[in-house]
Amino acid sequence: MSRKITVNVCMGTGGIAAGGSTVMEAFRQEFAEVGVDNARVVEKCRLHKVGCRGFCARDVLVDIAIDDQSWTYQYVDEKMVKRLVAEHILDNKPVEQWLVGDDYHTFHDNQEKIILGVLGHIDPESIDEYIGIGGYKAAEKVLATMTPQDTIEEIKRSGLRGRGGAGFPTGLKWSFCAANQADRRYIICNADEGDPGAFMDRSVIEGNPHAVIEGMIIGAYAIGADTGYIYIRAEYPLAVQRLKIALAAAKERGFLGKGICGSSFDLDLKIKLGAGAFVCGEETALIASIEGERGMPRAKPPFPANKGLWGKPTIINNVETLANIPPIINRGAEWFTSIGSEKSKGTKVIALTGKIRNTGLIEIPMGMPLKKIIYDIGGGIEGDRLFKAVQTGGPSGGCIPQQHIDLPVDYEGLKSVGSMMGSGGMVVLDETDCMVNIAKFFLTFTQEESCGKCVPCRIGTKRLLEILTRITEGEGKPSDLDLLQELAEDVRDASLCGLGMSAPNPVLSTLKYFRHEYEAHIFQKKCPAKVCSKLLTFYIRPDHCVGCGACKKACAVKAISGELKQVHQVDQALCIKCGSCFDACKFNAVIKE
Amino acid sequence: MISLTIDNQPVEVEAGATVLEAARKLRIDIPTLCHDSRLKPHGACRLCIVEIAGMPKPVTSCTTPATEKMVVTTQSAHLNRLRKTTVELLLSDHPNDCMICIGSGDCKLQELAYRFNLRGSRFRGKMRAHDRIDENPFVQRDQNKCVLCGLCVRVCEEIQGVGAIGYANRGFESKITPPFEKELSCEFCGQCIAVCPTGALSGKLWVGYPRQQGLEKTETTCSYCGCGCNLTLHTYGKSIAKVTSRQDNHNRGWLCVKGRFGYEFVTSNERLTTPLIRRQKGGSLEPASWEEALDLVASRLLDIKSKHGPDAVGGLASARCTNEEGYLFQKMFRAGIGTNNVDHCARY
Ligand SMILES: Cc1cc2nc3c(=O)[nH]c(=O)nc-3n(C[C@H](O)[C@H](O)[C@H](O)COP(=O)(O)O)c2cc1C
Ligand code: SF4
Ligand code: SF4
Repeated sequence: MSRKITVNVCMGTGGIAAGGSTVMEAFRQEFAEVGVDNARVVEKCRLHKVGCRGFCARDVLVDIAIDDQSWTYQYVDEKMVKRLVAEHILDNKPVEQWLVGDDYHTFHDNQEKIILGVLGHIDPESIDEYIGIGGYKAAEKVLATMTPQDTIEEIKRSGLRGRGGAGFPTGLKWSFCAANQADRRYIICNADEGDPGAFMDRSVIEGNPHAVIEGMIIGAYAIGADTGYIYIRAEYPLAVQRLKIALAAAKERGFLGKGICGSSFDLDLKIKLGAGAFVCGEETALIASIEGERGMPRAKPPFPANKGLWGKPTIINNVETLANIPPIINRGAEWFTSIGSEKSKGTKVIALTGKIRNTGLIEIPMGMPLKKIIYDIGGGIEGDRLFKAVQTGGPSGGCIPQQHIDLPVDYEGLKSVGSMMGSGGMVVLDETDCMVNIAKFFLTFTQEESCGKCVPCRIGTKRLLEILTRITEGEGKPSDLDLLQELAEDVRDASLCGLGMSAPNPVLSTLKYFRHEYEAHIFQKKCPAKVCSKLLTFYIRPDHCVGCGACKKACAVKAISGELKQVHQVDQALCIKCGSCFDACKFNAVIKE
Repeated sequence: MISLTIDNQPVEVEAGATVLEAARKLRIDIPTLCHDSRLKPHGACRLCIVEIAGMPKPVTSCTTPATEKMVVTTQSAHLNRLRKTTVELLLSDHPNDCMICIGSGDCKLQELAYRFNLRGSRFRGKMRAHDRIDENPFVQRDQNKCVLCGLCVRVCEEIQGVGAIGYANRGFESKITPPFEKELSCEFCGQCIAVCPTGALSGKLWVGYPRQQGLEKTETTCSYCGCGCNLTLHTYGKSIAKVTSRQDNHNRGWLCVKGRFGYEFVTSNERLTTPLIRRQKGGSLEPASWEEALDLVASRLLDIKSKHGPDAVGGLASARCTNEEGYLFQKMFRAGIGTNNVDHCARY
């Protein structure tokens, strides 16, 4: 047999968590036992929970490629390996029942992958594989044939905007920085990624760290920086480890250090570990943190591009922004502007989660309608329940209701309905989600993550959360609606940094689109989605109850009484509304309202 | 120079000046809480926000550099609403006990509540309940009254160069504390007390005296060293209730532990108030007049000089002398007595 066999096993954080290493080891052993010739086992995918191609929940995903053909298996565990090797690899008969289905293909076919395309196809720990797919060509091109000014112009023409949150035009930011008289400038890669549920930047670094490094080389050259930092949270050990390997390899090959690629350009890149404060993703807090200070934002202006790290002009760019730079240089600004919408060019990586069939990491051309993301890529709502809203932009974003389902997903589109792109989180909500509770969830997060420096955010988010809490607990007063609206506006307008300015967004957008849910909680003392437990009443329908006693056994506070084979009752005075009886009843006799 | 317009009035300031400084030049009153012109701007309290044409949202005037042709508005319904909400939020987490607070009458928060006519707050809710760890000899801390303006942290770092205190925790639970939440162990200069805008930091020695009524103020100069910092003694009857210092002076209101807290000797029983002379060998020290004492010293010095020569005499001056006094002292030894044996304690 002289076939070329490649087995790709997902080895991102998610893949490993789902058992990627065990599967890998099983393949290794199996190959040793059966003696497969020329088999090459490559560590591959790097998407946490997502598996190789961004398809969450199907881990461990394994590709078996024989010569030019490739098959993908889902939910692979070590017990399946023997049969895969025996039937598929040795006998050339793919194991049909374990292959991914059509939905796997619709999931991918509707995407446009500039950033994620490479993930899952090269070994992130091998610089040769990156170079093999054209890696570091863009850096070489820039250093050999373009001036810093040309480089900035090219990025400006591409229309690339920051992927870290605010969507500021990258080329313009670089030109501001380059325009300063200074003896030193710095470039920083923001890999702090702190939004709950976000993992795009981690996946990019775990899957293709050299792309980020190459983007930094080009950016540093454009602005004239000789030192750069990658600020990455310490909770990303695998990403940190792969970055370290990549930095060492890039240095060894002369892509970092003195006289890069034979030019006179020098660049030194350092890793700085963040300790997990969400606010340290904010650029001025991040700078303070690198300087060894407490991660507290500083007032702008002056902006980092003029006065940043140690007072020197500094560019901070997000991981995904930087990973877009090499393709733009290689393929040209025109190619990039051909993708996306009028004011938002290129693609956006999105973490698609919530009540949706296909959760995962996806990449879409800017401007794709929300509907297409949810129904074509996402496969629609789980359990065919009713769509209610989609929350974008993480804790800084807002909730977009059904009426805007055709909205194009780009910077302007999301902003026009009171939400934002943020770092690209997208949580789909259905009829079983309570919007007041969703606002409370995000406020709980921002309130805890506020750095405490400025008054509106430090105390304001706390008070917002308290009002939301009392509404969900049935203690809401009619005046709370106005109070909530006013305080949310004031926190937004008076806070120092982006955290406080955007923290009220979940409140403001749900108040705007789902006011009736707030009103139901306050006036009727009811939670329409039946989520807020303090507003629920549990009772037993006599016509359905068979008197099995399951609910009685499940109730921890002995609130249920009734003889065996007799109808049971809930004593409302004792009931703590934990919902155990509801879950325990097999006959749909327990009702919650 | 940079020219800009604030509230329709033109003003010129030096390059590098902030919008707040420009406004103050026009005597426009912008409320502040975390600002102190002697320290680096901080931008935390959000009260000094102003609207600047071309900027999408209000910015803090204390941190924003004035630029050419800038058009600034310091008063508007929107700004007023934001400032008022901010003060209201502070009050919602502040013990409402001005009547018995040591800071009353010298409290910026109290002034702000008065200015915005805030009787209560719309935002009742949880209040901080900090433990009081308070065993140090000088600084009295009541953390529940802290507004997190950061002035104490900044003065300790920027002026005193000590860095004895910093921030801990996040969000609503943020607080100022010595490292690892231990007891304060520092120089006890009390600069932090001097800049604290509320009753959160005060002097332990102040307790037991009236806060404002019945205190008399006397301007004087600190006698501890030649720097001669200006002091304001707040006295109650014959005793000193506290010592403060004015900013409009060469020491800009900054004092050290001695000047600020070292005043108990004034009323000490052990304090010498006249010179003492031992008139008989083996006898005890007896009170004398300055005239008698100085005559005695002068005659003894001359005695020694004539018997043993001028180099048998030496002079050591105190650091408490001013430059002028130091000059006269060495002159007396060099020209008067005729010896170069003269020195100063600060040289050791
Ligand atoms: C509270 C807060 C958290 C942020 N977290 C991140 C982050 O984790 N990663 C990121 O790239 N940008 C984050 N940002 C945005 C950065 O401040 C900054 O705008 C961005 O890194 C600029 O890069 P870009 O222009 O490439 O988007 C955050 C902003 C705020 C206000
Ligand atoms: S808005 Fe919040 S996170 Fe930002 S500086 Fe103010 S307190 Fe800190
Ligand atoms: S007393 Fe002086 S040294 Fe001590 S904390 Fe206050 S400012 Fe710092």
